[in-house]
Amino acid sequence: MAGRIPLVLLACGSFNPITHQHMRLFELARDHMHQTGLYRVVGGIVSPVGDDYGKQGLVASKHRLAMARLALQSSDWVSVDDWESQQEDWTETVVTMRYHNDRIAAQYHSSKDPPTVSDVPQLKLLCGADFMDTFKVPDLWRDDHVEEVVGRFGLVCVSRGSLQPDRAIHESDLLSRHRQRIFLVREWVHNEISATEVRRALRRGQSVKYLLPDSVIDYIREHNLYTQDSEIKNKDVKLRPLTKQTIQD
Amino acid sequence: MSSQEKTKVVLLACGSFNPITNMHLRMFELARDHLEDTGRYRVVKGIISPVGDGYKKKGLIEACHRLEMARLATLNSDWITVDDWESQQLEWVETAKVVRWEHLEIMHHAEHISSENNNDEVDTVRCGKRRKLGQNTIICQSSSYINPKEDTPHLNLLCGADVLESFGVPNLWKPEDIEEIVGRYGVACITRYGSDPEKFINQSDVLYKHRKNIHMVREWVTNEISATHVRRALRRGQSVRYLLPDPVVRYIQEHSLYSAESEQKNADAVLAPLQRYTSTN
Repeated sequence: MAGRIPLVLLACGSFNPITHQHMRLFELARDHMHQTGLYRVVGGIVSPVGDDYGKQGLVASKHRLAMARLALQSSDWVSVDDWESQQEDWTETVVTMRYHNDRIAAQYHSSKDPPTVSDVPQLKLLCGADFMDTFKVPDLWRDDHVEEVVGRFGLVCVSRGSLQPDRAIHESDLLSRHRQRIFLVREWVHNEISATEVRRALRRGQSVKYLLPDSVIDYIREHNLYTQDSEIKNKDVKLRPLTKQTIQD
Repeated sequence: MSSQEKTKVVLLACGSFNPITNMHLRMFELARDHLEDTGRYRVVKGIISPVGDGYKKKGLIEACHRLEMARLATLNSDWITVDDWESQQLEWVETAKVVRWEHLEIMHHAEHISSENNNDEVDTVRCGKRRKLGQNTIICQSSSYINPKEDTPHLNLLCGADVLESFGVPNLWKPEDIEEIVGRYGVACITRYGSDPEKFINQSDVLYKHRKNIHMVREWVTNEISATHVRRALRRGQSVRYLLPDPVVRYIQEHSLYSAESEQKNADAVLAPLQRYTSTN
């Protein structure tokens, strides 16, 4: 794969818990980016959101991190990063992206002498199609942040079921402007297993085997995660992005 | 209801398993949850019975590989096992015969256990011996059905709605086989969200007659990892990781299974049941 742009895929999210579906995103995205002939995927990062995000049913980040690590133990290219979850307050996606981008560049420069700008790995945000619709939610995203996430970095978006990311792009001037920076990956397998469904099944004592790795299922049982109680956590809390006022970047 | 009063159930899934996927395995879990949730059943065992090469389905790779992949996939399961009897037969075996065979195995096992408990002289005809008797012995004739002891597990065919609907395809099933499977045994059928399984049962007299033996397991969340899709992805060098258990993915890579070539296998052959039933008409 000589002459290709090295690429790292970053997935931000709750991972509450991580499932096979999340891990499929990476596999699908890697295949797709390789098939463009332009990229060589050199790494993947799972970055679970911090507890201050305030989403309903979000269990402690130490658990979500542990489960993600268990799930990705056998992966030779995707790893888990706890920087985002260790920050004091909820951290905007663009801030997380800047952190990883700078970290990757620094790592690269320290190992090369002299460094070639074109060989520094690029970073793109990996997400599902439902993520594209979040750009529309009032006050959830700052415009300048969306501009930077999509325009400076780029998105790799994996479609799922009947969700149409094309439409989300079409309905947004900002996204349409950066159409070239958005890679749409089609998931042909009709698979709607989500973390929400997994939590529901667990609450009802139903089996989730084959939806997540056995090691994660064992962890969930050992720590008795995902009960009626855990699901109502943050019920009356407002999602942090909606309340946070960032004065400076 | 105490554990003793619940009816024991064994779930049997027949199919190509070409290859086995997480979806096949999920079917067992969903069916078990559904049956046990009624409070009337206790699912004690799951059996995967891959079809023999004689089925002649297009793209069907050798049974030895399909068996091994199924075994690798069930290593981590404490209740689902693989049975190679069907795939070892030289010619294709009707599903009804496989069901009868498995039923006999279950009965033998139950009798063996109860004889042991009674300290009787046990007729230790081992499964292996019976296996070598071949496919056309009396065990495969429906008239040889012996009424099981009271606590012998009930055998249910586990399948997707597409199998139930295939009962309507001409020359694919013998009517008496359908009657036997749903009438004498039972079916646990996984239905897709959005489909209307009751309608299909209603439209078929034989299914309607035995509707009490047909358990419709609603799959509320779509999970359609088809083996066809998996084979297509493999042909194109795409990843199938997390669609099948890791050991199965590794096995496929090690043996370079599923290529454009393997997909052409049996391209000119006639599916065994169609061959058999049209020629005997």
